[in-house]
Amino acid sequence: MNHTPNPNDWLFEITPKNKFFTLNLKEVWQYRDLLFLFVKRDVITVYKQTVLGPLWYLIQPLFTSVTFTIIFNNVAGIDTGTVPPFLFNLAGITIWNYFTACLTGTSDTFKTNASIFGKVYFPRIITPLSIVISNLIKFGIQFLIFIVFYILFLFKGANLQISVSLVFFPFLIIIMGLLGLGLGMIISSMVTKYRDLSHLLGFGIQLLMYLSAVMYPMELLKEKLPKFGWIVEYNPLAYVVESTRYMLLNVGEISVLGLLYTLFVTVIIFFFGLLMFNKTEKGFIDTV
Amino acid sequence: MEKDIILKAENISKQYRLGQVGTGTLSHDLNRWWHKVRGKENPYLKVGEANDRAVKGSSDYVWALQDINFEVQRGEVLGIIGKNGAGKSTLLKILSKVTGPTTGSIKSRGRIASLLEVGTGFNGEMTGRENIFLNGAILGMTKKEIASKLDEIIEFSGCERYIDTPVKRYSSGMTVRLAFAVAAFLEPEILVIDEVLAVGDAEFQKKAIGKMQDISKGEGRTVLFVSHNMAAVQNLCTRGIVIKNGKIDFNGNIEDSILHYLNDGADSEDFENWTDRKGNGIVKIKTLSVFGNSEFTLPQVGMPFTIKIKLDNPAKIKNTNIRFDLRLDDNFGQRIAWISDFLKTKEQVDDFNFIEFTIDKLNLNKGKYYITLYMEVDKELSDYIQNAYSFEVIEGDYYNTGNKVPNVQSKILMDFNVCYK
Repeated sequence: MNHTPNPNDWLFEITPKNKFFTLNLKEVWQYRDLLFLFVKRDVITVYKQTVLGPLWYLIQPLFTSVTFTIIFNNVAGIDTGTVPPFLFNLAGITIWNYFTACLTGTSDTFKTNASIFGKVYFPRIITPLSIVISNLIKFGIQFLIFIVFYILFLFKGANLQISVSLVFFPFLIIIMGLLGLGLGMIISSMVTKYRDLSHLLGFGIQLLMYLSAVMYPMELLKEKLPKFGWIVEYNPLAYVVESTRYMLLNVGEISVLGLLYTLFVTVIIFFFGLLMFNKTEKGFIDTV
Repeated sequence: MEKDIILKAENISKQYRLGQVGTGTLSHDLNRWWHKVRGKENPYLKVGEANDRAVKGSSDYVWALQDINFEVQRGEVLGIIGKNGAGKSTLLKILSKVTGPTTGSIKSRGRIASLLEVGTGFNGEMTGRENIFLNGAILGMTKKEIASKLDEIIEFSGCERYIDTPVKRYSSGMTVRLAFAVAAFLEPEILVIDEVLAVGDAEFQKKAIGKMQDISKGEGRTVLFVSHNMAAVQNLCTRGIVIKNGKIDFNGNIEDSILHYLNDGADSEDFENWTDRKGNGIVKIKTLSVFGNSEFTLPQVGMPFTIKIKLDNPAKIKNTNIRFDLRLDDNFGQRIAWISDFLKTKEQVDDFNFIEFTIDKLNLNKGKYYITLYMEVDKELSDYIQNAYSFEVIEGDYYNTGNKVPNVQSKILMDFNVCYK
């Protein structure tokens, strides 16, 4: 081996981690195989040793939609226009589920992976990323179910239209993923020090759902509760849910301004999450 | 010949915070933040003391490592030895980038992969084959690299038959074999190994040691090896460093390092100012020391063993009026042994300062033990110190066969005979 050591020719250096922000994308790329293996693990193992297996992916949104339809549409009488209420709810729940799955999945990154993180090094960001990707697969399956019911209702003669803006739907999914990831990273970072947050998360998500126009059109809330309508208007999630329904079912409205606002908030949350995650990953092993 | 340094540690120090992270942290966080805002040094970095677990410190911060400097040459197998809590694992964690040093730097010319405990990231629901890929990827291999070595890995692990069975059905030994196999076929320039060989059966340990020798000798890979198993360390390593209380205590060839480590074993504890005790104090325990072959060696399985207690006996109480008990617990708090001087016939001694219990051939298995001291004078409690001291028994060859009793199976070793008729 023709190796001539040069005193300054080091491959890398481990130093105290006090740089403000480090995200080594090259390193993440080197570990891409790990990312996909994590995704594979998540998908394979979630419903192992359950009787219904992957059917659980479908049962949850379907039952929730049925419940919502009965409570909010039949009992409370929320008007969904020409669109069957069941489809209206299913569309909202599907996209909402993607967000909550990303959020809850990533929010305990440090807690669930403490033992691995304590033993080997790999870019920590791989873990939350893999959760967002594996949930995307789950979302895909749930979306297929939506399509099945869409066609079913079409055959039954429901008056359904697809909006041209559907081409932008992937964009909404990305926003949802990034929002879930960003918020999840923020929470996961804070949970390492203040465990109280994990208790808050469960019912926080529940409350957030009511503010995110999942089971009602945004317009309706503004009409009925003009005083509180602004809360929903400031909620970026509401725009995504509302736009999803607009694209898939052509109901409600699409607000370009609202979506731009959502995009802006998403980017900020995502980078803030990245920053916090970055900061936590350096000292986490010593505090947990 | 010019030295080919592959790894260089310069002034590595690591500070930890002790105790509960709870209500105090928010105020510390705010205080730290306030100092940072004003451009001042972190106020908690100044406090802190050397890492000696036996001495109760006054500060919440402790230096787990202090000013560690060493160099490793390409192809060298460096043994890192030291007592529990000396800072070995912290050093390995820094080397494998799991945690960062508080000060100092480590420079490396090669990829470092670690094998800190085995089976990291193994998922019980997945099959052996799937776990090889997952574990390999966690350790930094690409899918392609793993696929090209899959057959070798499976063969080395000796788990061919179960390779498509979920790992949760594996015995712990099989899991270890598989995990070691994955790591052994890693191709980093520097491999960090911590206490792996403690598990697995004798045959596999032999295989693992052989493989590690191949790795370091044949393939020119550098290995950093941490273990309490002195036999394995001596077998494998070419050089050693001894870490004591977070500092490098010795740095040299492996035989000298092991000797240095063993000879530094005898510790003693001073109880004169100890308050956590019961009894009327007519006779009091002053100091306690526990040692092996000589006053300077660690207790070792199968070797002579002594517990020596210095007493404070101002009233010159005779030994026949005193009863002295020694109680030994293991690290789970389970009582292992109980011995007392009243079990033996006593010859009267009027004036004495020391009481010494000796065992010719120590029949405690390797591990950590706690001593509780109990003393009666004329059937009344005189001095009682619970969990007064803890000591470590290191691996030894009790049966002179090289075969050992797994320490999960038994803490006590017995002399016995087998015959075949």
